[in-house]
Amino acid sequence: MFKNLLLATDGSEHSLRAAERAIDLANLTEGASIELVYVVDGSMSKSDVLQYGDSDSASKKREEILSVFKDKIEGAGIPVKVSILHGNPAETIINYTNRNDFDCLVVGSRGRSKVQTMILGSVSHKVMKHVNIPVLMVK
Amino acid sequence: MSLTQKWKTEWFGNIRGDILAGVVVALALIPEAIAFSIIAGVDPMVGLYASFCICVVIAFIGGRPGMISAATGAMALLMITLVADHGLEYLLAATILTGVIQLLFGIFKLASFMKFIPRSVMIGFVNALAILIFTAQLQHFVGETWIMYSLVALTLAIIYILPRFTKAVPSTLVAIIVVTAIAVIMNAGVRTVGDMGNLTQTLPIFALPNIPLTFETLMIILPYSLALAIVGLLESLLTASIVDDMTDTESDKNKESRGQGIANMITGCFGGMAGCAMIGQSVINVKSGGRGRLSTLVAGMFLMVLIVLLGNVVVQIPMAALAGVMIMVSIGTFDWSSLRNIHKVPRSDATVMVVTVGTVVYTHDLSKGVLAGVVLSAIFFAIKISKVKVESVLESKSSKIYYVKGQLFFASVTDFVASFDFNDNVEQVIIDVSGAHLWDDSAVGAMDKVQWKFEQKGIIVKVRGLDKESSHLMDKIGGLSKASGH
Repeated sequence: MFKNLLLATDGSEHSLRAAERAIDLANLTEGASIELVYVVDGSMSKSDVLQYGDSDSASKKREEILSVFKDKIEGAGIPVKVSILHGNPAETIINYTNRNDFDCLVVGSRGRSKVQTMILGSVSHKVMKHVNIPVLMVK
Repeated sequence: MSLTQKWKTEWFGNIRGDILAGVVVALALIPEAIAFSIIAGVDPMVGLYASFCICVVIAFIGGRPGMISAATGAMALLMITLVADHGLEYLLAATILTGVIQLLFGIFKLASFMKFIPRSVMIGFVNALAILIFTAQLQHFVGETWIMYSLVALTLAIIYILPRFTKAVPSTLVAIIVVTAIAVIMNAGVRTVGDMGNLTQTLPIFALPNIPLTFETLMIILPYSLALAIVGLLESLLTASIVDDMTDTESDKNKESRGQGIANMITGCFGGMAGCAMIGQSVINVKSGGRGRLSTLVAGMFLMVLIVLLGNVVVQIPMAALAGVMIMVSIGTFDWSSLRNIHKVPRSDATVMVVTVGTVVYTHDLSKGVLAGVVLSAIFFAIKISKVKVESVLESKSSKIYYVKGQLFFASVTDFVASFDFNDNVEQVIIDVSGAHLWDDSAVGAMDKVQWKFEQKGIIVKVRGLDKESSHLMDKIGGLSKASGH
């Protein structure tokens, strides 16, 4: 049913659950593949560069975080591609989803804390509203 | 990519986004430039001229397109005592000298030396900066009425709540306009920017600082210029890395150092105070869609246009609004993730961070904090690396082997020598140093000392497993001490 899946992740343990569901979904269709997308926003750039020294080491660290997801999907025998994008998380995910040819988007429901969600709004909520394809939100 | 092509993309690759972002940044720069001037103890024009000059110059010669440089809090905080003791003209001279030092840094490609500053020191630097910007606002609250407090609260409320509903206009600008309007309409009688100093609606003019050109003058400004140059480059290169990361592109750090230097030299000649790259404004610029050099140029030009056209409105901005904006700036500057992770990072790193912050808050000098942090990190590093492991194995009844593992240098030799048993009842001792490295003459001296102590007891000593560099060092230094009769 869904051949090209897009899995949006924030690298958190919670979004690992979304990855498991994406694998379940991919297993339903012969030859399905998953693209893993991770968005780096401005404040994350600042704290990551501070913590890891420069942009290159920060990028390397992010790939390490994502390798957990990548290994999990590959381990289930599903082809996976990893994309790291930069910008506002919700907007970037929405644009990336709508500009490319995906059949379904899988997102976790929660990464931000309650306070952050109150001020910034929920990323998954915004994404649900604006993408043009079916969305699976994993609670 | 050819040079002209590169030039074209850097300038005109993103015209619409750059112009829009530049306008947003200019609006956000004005309150900050005024507030930082007030921190430094000079007229608001000094910070505004600096922001204009630095932005425009950096747009052309900076190494990181899309980065915003202007008058900053980090630099303003370093100038306070110079301005208080000697006045504005000395500050302008110090600004020019700062530029010269930074230019030399760039020419001699010293930007790579910044890697010697540990990350925990950089995090401490940023956090200390945030704390100092915050505490610099407290003076505006002294002896004020509840009207002023509520205006500050209103400013902060608008800044943080408005983005929930619209991101089309910068919330700080709306906050300033609303609070200024309220203060003017209610005739609230609160202190305004106009009360803090003069604001002239004229373009900056070229003038060399009016100071005696003597050795004594140089000695007054040099320490300030050195601190300004280092702190400026530190924040600029850090910001460049952050912009690199946000835009997923690379930048020329040495070119940026030279650019910062030239920008400060020119700024000093046009009546502006020393500045550097701004983390907050650069993030705003990139988030608003700015990528190229045009965004920086527009920010600087539009800032000056606004001051010339709206100077008489700007003086009516209440200090309460500015203080509110600065509190937001300090909250945004602080690296909150470092507090969340403080229990996760190694204890020595956390200590370095806290000591850096503590030193800055105590001395009000960011460069002293960085120095303290670097020295402490070096000490921790020496302690960590100076752990030498010596294990002994009895090979036969009369022969013992010592396996040495670790780095032998001045800090580790005492432990090294103490781990041998010189009163052993053996005929021969073999010291295996294949897992060790000798770094300096203390190490060679310690090896000699161990051999000599054993020999005094009539025990034969053999050293094996010296690596090439270590044995070279032994030959060079050890040979001499042997010859002199040890």
